[in-house]
Amino acid sequence: MSKTGKITVKDRDPVSSLQNFLKLLLEKGTVEAVLVQQRLPIQNAAVMPVLVTDPEKLEGADPLAPAFPLNGARMLSRLTRKPLDAPIAAVMRPCEIRAFFELVKLKQGSAENVVFIGVDCLGTYGNIDYQKIAASTAGAESTLTFHRSILSGKGTATGDADISPACKSCDHPVATNADIGIGLLGANIEESLLLISNTEKGARVLGGLGIEVEEGDQPLRQSAVDALVSERTAYRDKMFEATSEAVSDVQKLMGYLGNCVNCYNCRVACPVCYCRECVFTTDVFDHEPAQYLRWAKRKGALKMPTDTVFYHLTRLAHMSTACIGCGQCSNACPNAVPVAELFRTVSHGVQKAFGYLAGASLDDEPPLSVFGEKEFSEVTGGKD
Amino acid sequence: MADYEPTIIAFVCNWCTYTAADLAGTSRLVQPPNLRMVRMMCTGMIDPKYIIKALLEGADAVLVSGCHPGDCHYINGNLKARRRMKLLKEILPRFGFDERRLKMTWIGASEGIDFAETARQMTAEIKELGRNDLRTRMVL
Ligand code: SF4
Ligand code: SF4
Ligand code: FES
Repeated sequence: MSKTGKITVKDRDPVSSLQNFLKLLLEKGTVEAVLVQQRLPIQNAAVMPVLVTDPEKLEGADPLAPAFPLNGARMLSRLTRKPLDAPIAAVMRPCEIRAFFELVKLKQGSAENVVFIGVDCLGTYGNIDYQKIAASTAGAESTLTFHRSILSGKGTATGDADISPACKSCDHPVATNADIGIGLLGANIEESLLLISNTEKGARVLGGLGIEVEEGDQPLRQSAVDALVSERTAYRDKMFEATSEAVSDVQKLMGYLGNCVNCYNCRVACPVCYCRECVFTTDVFDHEPAQYLRWAKRKGALKMPTDTVFYHLTRLAHMSTACIGCGQCSNACPNAVPVAELFRTVSHGVQKAFGYLAGASLDDEPPLSVFGEKEFSEVTGGKD
Repeated sequence: MADYEPTIIAFVCNWCTYTAADLAGTSRLVQPPNLRMVRMMCTGMIDPKYIIKALLEGADAVLVSGCHPGDCHYINGNLKARRRMKLLKEILPRFGFDERRLKMTWIGASEGIDFAETARQMTAEIKELGRNDLRTRMVL
């Protein structure tokens, strides 16, 4: 039931055309605020999510920048922890919307009164790489260069940097669960962007703005999406295989996690690591000094900080049913531990085992919040 | 693997399996001494990290045992526990933990014979499987 319209791009600049579209939402009073990533009005032009209420303050908005400083689902959860009085628009990447859906199901946010605007995602760079790329050009120029390079078939690599492995392996580049999709795939974005309404809410918003949409197939778009998804899926499957092999016993897993210093940044950055207080930072792990010596004596040696593998396995037990593969865990790691590959690989298996796909819909119940009398009888040796 | 005595950490619920174990004892049923029982009010209280930690510290196996479905004294703690075990059985074998080291059973309060039999069988199986060598290795 999705319908498609378009935004005409002026001066070959899709970014400012998008800004105008968002401006319209505020000017017409469709929404009270827009949450969108913006190039901040500061020297190094960092890109961060910004909550904008004044249409004049949208000039830095750049939803197409291949920047992903953090997963915005967490920010939206801060805004919607209590019911919103008036609607807001959230311009997000597909994985941000999917993460947010998981948070809604965990009662850490509400999708009511939010108009989700999901932008096709062609990938993002790690924070440090992006900072270098953005510093070398002024304003949104680096964004346009990135998209031109992809459009002309030159790919995503810039100098010695490339988009993150999480993005390369992401099989959900299109936000099919957004109210309104901004389509880049299958469009010549220097001429026009596609506007896709996926829900009734989306159709209402576009109708209110006087934007015409119509039903009908989009063969060009469909084939562009299919091609990207199959490229990503191929990368993903190789990554699954390599990662599974790299951690196939505890000795190897220790090698994989060897540079971890238990800073817990990966957990802070993870949008779906849901505990308000992490047990690993409570006094459960504030061990008695003498305890360390007892442990050391038992095995003869004790690596410090302790419980690194324990931490990562416990985190997996918590978030593997909800991981949407955004890669922010790796992005946040100061020691380049490839945690995103590991978490995505395991989560994929876990979600398959429960017949669940994180972030796909608000209706599917998270696997560990439901249970049935007759199920998984293999766990108890065939007895239910 | 040379003969050894496995250490099996058994998280059991107070109302069913613990009572069954007690019954097995008072009925003087012969059973191996390899199970280290941790009595919980309900299997629904068993946090997956207790199980992960036990294995990382070198337990040769973990048993989770509680009331049959429908009999849980907290209505459905055992059904939640089963999903958590399903989760761990999906995660831990990827890192080389043999799935047989993770066992779950339902043993009701009157099933002392069943408890003794489970203890015997499991001990034999884990003996056969060999040691969890993390017992003596430094785990990061
Ligand atoms: S575990 Fe990593 S990839 Fe998965 S949702 Fe969390 S931050 Fe994103
Ligand atoms: S961010 Fe990196 S170093 Fe910090 S806890 Fe996670 S894996 Fe370890
Ligand atoms: S009380 Fe026995 S499993 Fe819940």
